[in-house]
Amino acid sequence: MSGLMLVFLVVLIFVVLYQVARSSEMVAQIQGEQQFDKKRNKILGFSMLILMIAFFVGIVWCHEYMLPLMGPEAASNHGVQYDFMFKVTLWVTGIVFVLTQVLLFWFCFKYQRNGDKAPVFFAHSNKLELIWTTVPAIAMAVLVAIGLKAWFTMTGEAPKGAMQIEIVGKQFNWISRYPGPDGELGKKYFLNINDKDNLLGQDWKDKRNMDDIIIPNGELRLVKDVPVELIIGSRDVIHDVGLSHFRMKMDAVPGITTRIWFTPTITTAEMKIKTGNENFVYELSCDQMCGKGHYSMRAIVVVETQAEHDKWLKEQKSYYVQNHPEEFPAEAPIVAPVDSSKKITMNK
Amino acid sequence: MSNEAAIHTDVHTHDSHGHHDDHAHHEHKQHFITKYIFSQDHKIISRQFLITGIFWAIVGGLMSVFFRLQLGFPEQTFKVLTMFLGDWAHGGKMDPEMYYGLITIHGTVLVFFVLTGGLSGTFANFLIPLQIGARDMASPFLNMLSYWFFAIAGVIMFSSLFITTGPASGGWTTYPPLSALKEASMGSGLGMDLWLVSMALFVVSSLLGGLNYIVTILNMRTKGMSMTRLPLTIWALLFTAILGVLSFPVLLSAAVLLLFDRHAGTSFYLSEIYVAGKALPNVGGSPILYQHLFWFLGHPEVYIIMLPAMGMASEILATNSRKPIFGYFAMILSLIGITLLAFLVWAHHMFVTGMSPFLGGVFVLLTLLIAIPSAVKVFNWLTTIWKGNIRFTVGMCFALGFVSLFISGGLTGLFLGNSALDIHLHDTYFVVAHFHIVMGISAFFGMFAGIYHWFPKMYGRFMNNTMGYIHFFITFVGSYVIFWPMHYEGVAGMPRRYYDFSNWESFKQFGELNQMISIAAIIVFIAQLFFVFNYFVSIWKGKKVTDPNPWQSNTLEWTTPIKPGHGNWDGEIPEVHRWAYDYKDDGNGGDFIPQHIPLKEGEESH
Repeated sequence: MSGLMLVFLVVLIFVVLYQVARSSEMVAQIQGEQQFDKKRNKILGFSMLILMIAFFVGIVWCHEYMLPLMGPEAASNHGVQYDFMFKVTLWVTGIVFVLTQVLLFWFCFKYQRNGDKAPVFFAHSNKLELIWTTVPAIAMAVLVAIGLKAWFTMTGEAPKGAMQIEIVGKQFNWISRYPGPDGELGKKYFLNINDKDNLLGQDWKDKRNMDDIIIPNGELRLVKDVPVELIIGSRDVIHDVGLSHFRMKMDAVPGITTRIWFTPTITTAEMKIKTGNENFVYELSCDQMCGKGHYSMRAIVVVETQAEHDKWLKEQKSYYVQNHPEEFPAEAPIVAPVDSSKKITMNK
Repeated sequence: MSNEAAIHTDVHTHDSHGHHDDHAHHEHKQHFITKYIFSQDHKIISRQFLITGIFWAIVGGLMSVFFRLQLGFPEQTFKVLTMFLGDWAHGGKMDPEMYYGLITIHGTVLVFFVLTGGLSGTFANFLIPLQIGARDMASPFLNMLSYWFFAIAGVIMFSSLFITTGPASGGWTTYPPLSALKEASMGSGLGMDLWLVSMALFVVSSLLGGLNYIVTILNMRTKGMSMTRLPLTIWALLFTAILGVLSFPVLLSAAVLLLFDRHAGTSFYLSEIYVAGKALPNVGGSPILYQHLFWFLGHPEVYIIMLPAMGMASEILATNSRKPIFGYFAMILSLIGITLLAFLVWAHHMFVTGMSPFLGGVFVLLTLLIAIPSAVKVFNWLTTIWKGNIRFTVGMCFALGFVSLFISGGLTGLFLGNSALDIHLHDTYFVVAHFHIVMGISAFFGMFAGIYHWFPKMYGRFMNNTMGYIHFFITFVGSYVIFWPMHYEGVAGMPRRYYDFSNWESFKQFGELNQMISIAAIIVFIAQLFFVFNYFVSIWKGKKVTDPNPWQSNTLEWTTPIKPGHGNWDGEIPEVHRWAYDYKDDGNGGDFIPQHIPLKEGEESH
């Protein structure tokens, strides 16, 4: 009922406004249309100037509001390069933006019709057109050059000795796999997958699989200043590994293996101090629409020192051992259960 | 003449009597159904497209209001959601399935039904015959079919909102495997089939329309109307149609392959999938193939949306600055450049799919090249209004707003088109801000400019000006308030298509901002209803047009009677003697010389 009232009220307001607007046009007819148009044109020309001032004040105000909310500095080698390139692009586009917007609104104000000027017939000028074809072309060439240089570094081969971690997406969480002591990830095949004891479909005939460690909530443990290569896959639909603090992103596509590499440069503990936020964590977000739980597909990324990492690694049991304890009776102690409190409960 | 023959039924009267007797204008008394429903008159068809487009814009806009309520106020419940969405919003809280359904259909209908069908459909139909001097389209019958395929596509899309498994919910791009597997998402059931069938019919509509537009422009120009005398609206609509004819079939093929994967057991897009507890037999396909096919249309599509807006803005800026468009040939060349490059940049939507970095590099280069013709257009528009005598009609305000938004949205494209920057910004709110400003709002501004400018020709009445100005200022300011801050959210990495951010340490600080954006979105939506109200009331109650050329414009549509019948001109079609932009001293104190006025002695044609 109240909904109906609301609709009724809105319609009523529209009718009233329309009548007011119509009466203003009646006034125009009484005053003489030309006179009225002239006055209105003047008001509108002036309001274009006001619009411009409001626009730029708004931009500055918005910038000041947003700045403290923005994330911390980039936490990877690529991220530093990225931030530099972002700044260059921002300056180039910013200058063009201010210049063109100011001209647009200023011309509106300056060249409004007063009725006493003769129209200017200025249809074309080769010189001007040549200038504003070549200047943007040069600016673009610069941006392309900087961009491609960064792009080929970021997407190039990972350096030798980079740590390898596999990260696999599924509806709706991430699963990570570490190569274990042999430093190599074993083969897997999707037909072997089952949610009970083979999350990624590892092929147990491949002995390299025996020591692989699987973290079912997708936690990534990276080491400061050690390059890491992520080997990315998906079990079902397309997901995307989004690492906004490291300025990295790559799709996880079923049937295809994709890779990215980077070197983290700031540990989680250091970032907590830098941001002054005790709860700071690096997060891995799914950035490709993957279904109803897309927004909850989160994993934690921990950047730690080598010593901390080694200690953590030692505490982990291989996935095979965990699922076949009868074959390894001597193994102890039991791995600490994976912290599940940080997982988002799905809203259903 | 071929174009006379094309609409023989009711123009016959003009041919037999009209030539000799200009006053005796006998229209056949047509039945309501043939005149307004199954009409073959391009002017009626254009109004059908426009009103259908308005319907879809309201539906799509309302959807955005609903999901903005969820994004701005994730903790609260709203009765209005239950009212509209029923069980999809139990207790006033929107279900995530429905949230994803709404964003999918919002994107689909606004991109295709409003800004393609509603925009090109309306103005190509309305302006092409009137501005080139033709009695109707080359094939009025195909033209009518084009509208009815569009209407049926709309009915099917609309019906998908009412089925138990809900509408398609994989985003407007509907990437498989998500959209191919009904186990992966509820919306990938019947809703997805309806989406695909609807899009297939839409492609048919678009092809019938597009071919007609091209043929009409190339073959049916009146005497003297050489290609280089055409107004820029027509040039823009020509390239829009070419883009559509060459790229829409690729979308159709993508949709057909997807239907096969869904129902015929093929594996075009599917490989090595384990979903809902079982492994699927499909191997060897590639989901990336779909993305290539989709974006081969998808990118030209954004220019299909932009070009008509550019063309109309050019025309309206020149008319209301009382100056010729600056750099007419440069404008045409830049349209050609944009059209060619539009086909060569599609993979910039796919930089992070794992494609070859070298190929990515090529697409960066081609993508940033497209900025050059776009920059030329902006500078030419600015020079057009420079030293003009600007008349701020409502249409002019929207055309100016269009330029401002096109600059803002175009510049952010330089971030996203550069793969190294896209690697972080991809699929964040930066993208949302970019494409909403550049192809959403700015195309809407072009469309509004066109509607306010040509409304007198469509209905013989003016829209209410005061309401028009209110509409302009709220929409202009509101659009920037909504989308400007989203750039910052994107730079902070906030992903798009999220239902709720409150559990994310990195993104939850934007809660207050999201609220503000939602409130602004609701205000802007209400302002659009204000426009719709103005539109419909003005059809019957608007101020009557008394001057056949109310804007003192040069183009041919203003030489027709105030309310042209089917066939457009009562007598012979006027002959054209000059280009469309002779805004100069006519020797009698006027400041324009329409296209049908012969050159004076010693006057040089452009």
